[in-house]
Amino acid sequence: MTQSNTILPPLTERSGVIRWLRKNLFGSWLDAILTIIGAFIIYWAAKGLFTWVFTVAEWQVVATNMRLFMIGQYPLEQAWRLWTALGFLMFLAGNSLGIWARKSYITTILLLAFPALLTLFPFGDEPRKWLIILTVVGVIGWGVGRTASEKLSRIVIFGWIISLPIFILLTRGFTPEDGIMPIVGTNLWGGLLLTFLLTVVGIIFSFPLGVLLALGRRSELPAVRFASILYIELVRGVPLITIFFMAQLMLPLFLPPNITIDRVLRAMVAVTLFSAAYLAENVRGGLQAIPKGQFEAAHALGLGSFQTMYFIILPQALRLIIPILVGQFIAVFKDTALVAIVGLFDLVGIAKTVLAQPDFLGLQREVYVFISLIYWVLSYGMSYLSQQLEIKLGVGKR
Amino acid sequence: MTQEGEIIISVKDVHKWYGEYHALKGVGMEVKKGEVIVIFGPSGSGKSTFIRTINRLEDHQRGQIIVHGTELTHDIRNIEAIRMDTGMVFQQFNLFPHLTVMQNIVLSPIQVRKLTKAKAEEIAMQLLERVGIPEQAHKFPGQLSGGQQQRVAIARALAMQPKIMLFDEPTSALDPEMIKEVLDVMVELAKSGMTMLVVTHEMGFARAVADRMFFFDEGQIVESGTPEEIFKSPKEERTKLFLSQILSH
Repeated sequence: MTQSNTILPPLTERSGVIRWLRKNLFGSWLDAILTIIGAFIIYWAAKGLFTWVFTVAEWQVVATNMRLFMIGQYPLEQAWRLWTALGFLMFLAGNSLGIWARKSYITTILLLAFPALLTLFPFGDEPRKWLIILTVVGVIGWGVGRTASEKLSRIVIFGWIISLPIFILLTRGFTPEDGIMPIVGTNLWGGLLLTFLLTVVGIIFSFPLGVLLALGRRSELPAVRFASILYIELVRGVPLITIFFMAQLMLPLFLPPNITIDRVLRAMVAVTLFSAAYLAENVRGGLQAIPKGQFEAAHALGLGSFQTMYFIILPQALRLIIPILVGQFIAVFKDTALVAIVGLFDLVGIAKTVLAQPDFLGLQREVYVFISLIYWVLSYGMSYLSQQLEIKLGVGKR
Repeated sequence: MTQEGEIIISVKDVHKWYGEYHALKGVGMEVKKGEVIVIFGPSGSGKSTFIRTINRLEDHQRGQIIVHGTELTHDIRNIEAIRMDTGMVFQQFNLFPHLTVMQNIVLSPIQVRKLTKAKAEEIAMQLLERVGIPEQAHKFPGQLSGGQQQRVAIARALAMQPKIMLFDEPTSALDPEMIKEVLDVMVELAKSGMTMLVVTHEMGFARAVADRMFFFDEGQIVESGTPEEIFKSPKEERTKLFLSQILSH
């Protein structure tokens, strides 16, 4: 044989629309029949949907109540504070994209253009103006992040750390009635604003708590281990709604009459405690996936237990469980809807009040489709960003 | 400070059980500063367990281990002191996959020995040159070959400036063509006067640099002696049989 040592190029698949259709959709008689049936089902469903969306549905209910859906009873003349807070977040997001995601053009464009795209929806003139400003601020932040040196990255991380306190401070205010930032009681917080704050607070505080519980469950100290197991199993054993009921209805019965705890705060604490128990188990799964050799190598190098966890084990474990963590975060986001049942006006709570108005009776479909869309867009956004993060960190490639 | 010829590791009558299984049955050994000790024996003979008791990755349940003047007990401070003085190289390398080669090496000197980052990186660079892979400093372990990874692991252990180096089958997970590059580094290290305990079946390495050899079987030291004595005139039948098995091909 005269087999020469030439390197052959890989065989190229011939492409083409017809060829693709033949291969994938009409490969055999059965395939062809299934394709045709499937096409009919899709046509039928899509036709029904589009007919409803564009001719039957009365979207006026959404347009009229847009403010309620977004911020609830929050006073309109103070709304600029929320926009400012959002602007701060947008600036940070732009900055971060400019610094750390230089090559992720699609993500960057989608994220920065998102507020501007929202102007296509029936917001009033004032919100539209703000939405445009948000995009502009984001782009400026991106430009700054791109040109500035590494020094900026520390400031941006610090910015993210203080972003939640700033957001809450701006939302709540800190001066009396006649000051520049009069306090807005949490009873007026509502709609997407409340859903957003419940979610963010729940995620940010339950994460460290969950990590601590996971470590506690693996602790060699029996008291710590037992307490962690007890907490995790107790909380995972009850539905979230019962925890909300306990926090909103039963807790006041046990407190002295002159002490009241803010209702929104109670809901935030309930979400945090509930989510922490689930996170703890997720993190524990990640910890168990780390080979014993990693602990041994760290110990052999003289690293103590804390250092081993902090520098070696947790960074690897958390990276492994990013998809599970994001799943948990999305679950927290959607679970906050349950606060509507105990009388808070989050997105779902607002939807119920809107539908209770005589003008909008019988428009359940429009309202619930609309808030579902909001939930979906934000959930998918989280999922998309986490996928980008995974690619960035090279998870699964090593 | 220990002087040349002074005893740096003293092990007396050490026993270790895994549950019911008696893994070490009264092992004793004294190692002088600068000695190169090769430990060999069939799998399950307790040789790895033994070397891992020296820096207490495994605890012993009876007997006494004194390393560099400090006795190993449950006292965490003693354990930490001994771990700072002993470097260890593992069969599976156990590099930290989420850190670069450089970060792998400087982590412990910065966190435990409290060196400055600049100083630690300077030492790390010297060590990488010593093991022959300075150009890989900013890669991740997953991008290196097995032999390169093991050399990084050796550099990482040396960065803590240990008095003693423990090697737990350092070449057993390597492809044949990579064994030599690791052994060359170990030979160089042995000749520089490092005290080394090496669990290995690389008899060429033992012949070249070992001062003494210990044959382990069933949790005990069956026979010990210089490489000359072990290879030329082993006294025990089990040693003869084992050597004939590993040297026959």
